[in-house]
Amino acid sequence: MSENNEKDWPLWEVFYQPKNGKPYEHAGSLHASDAENALQNARDVYVRRNEGIGIWVVPSDQITASTPEDMGSFFDPASDKPYRHPQFYSVPRAVKKRS
Amino acid sequence: MNTTKELSVKESKIAYLLRLADDRLILGQRMSEWCGHGPVLEEDLALANMALDLIGHASSLYAYAAEVEDEGRDEDHFAYFRDDYEFTNLQLCELPKGDFAFTIARQFLFSSFSYFQYQQLKEAKDEQFAGMIDKHFKEVKYHLRHSRDWVLKLGDGTDESKKRMQDAFDELWMYSGELFYIDGVDEMMLAEGNGADLLSFKDEWKKLVEDTLKEATLNVPDWDQFMMTGSRTGMHTEHLGHMLAQMQFLRRSHPDADWK
Repeated sequence: MSENNEKDWPLWEVFYQPKNGKPYEHAGSLHASDAENALQNARDVYVRRNEGIGIWVVPSDQITASTPEDMGSFFDPASDKPYRHPQFYSVPRAVKKRS
Repeated sequence: MNTTKELSVKESKIAYLLRLADDRLILGQRMSEWCGHGPVLEEDLALANMALDLIGHASSLYAYAAEVEDEGRDEDHFAYFRDDYEFTNLQLCELPKGDFAFTIARQFLFSSFSYFQYQQLKEAKDEQFAGMIDKHFKEVKYHLRHSRDWVLKLGDGTDESKKRMQDAFDELWMYSGELFYIDGVDEMMLAEGNGADLLSFKDEWKKLVEDTLKEATLNVPDWDQFMMTGSRTGMHTEHLGHMLAQMQFLRRSHPDADWK
């Protein structure tokens, strides 16, 4: 981080909803002075090409994230449990047809 | 000039469309000067977006004026092949971009005025015109929201931002009177059901401006002070000519160039 970081506006994470009913996706981050400013900046930076119909902005420091140290205990145990995937279940023909 | 009284309906309509278009082209061009010079990356994009919105509005209004005129000219003719005295944009729009506070104060005055003006124009009898305005209106609302928000932040911000914001409004004030300039062109269009009745929202506009400035802890300058006039009949500040020289020289050097 640069030295004049204190002068910078806080960082915000931007999420947008591509379509009605779709989950919000992370678009990226930006600097803004407050929430309204973050919302407007997000509109201009991330959804000006018709990408979405909704925006969330969240102060980056309000996000609790897993750390690289968590990797072992969080993610490794899942790597040898293929039965948690749905591909072992056969899909009934009627359902298949419809999709 | 009293000659406007003698204009036909068609001539008035073209003049009216050109006034609307000129305001937006000139302001958009001014605002585009911020591209790459914005105070922060995010605002740089916001300003460039607004500049493009305004130039887009101008482009479709010019194209429509050309259609009404029906003499085989296009929007480029109006933008690039007229001289400063033929432009009828507000002087407010042509002033140099100044600092960020100046740009924002001007945008706020212009967008708030456009907001009321477009609210009426989008109900115009001419459906093609009304449809165009209705489409632009959404962007106008955003410009107003964005610029108003900055007026509040900078006005009620640090000592320096407050001073710059106040200076900007003080300097711009004498160019605000022209927003409500009315002549035969306006009257003709209003009578045809295709114009905005500026006087009908003047008080509402003033109140919006006053309320915003007060909320931003700024002083409201004197409405009765000296006001500039003349731009709707082609009288401009020294700044417009310089700007047009820069904006038009390439097109005029290669008048027959196209994208093919």
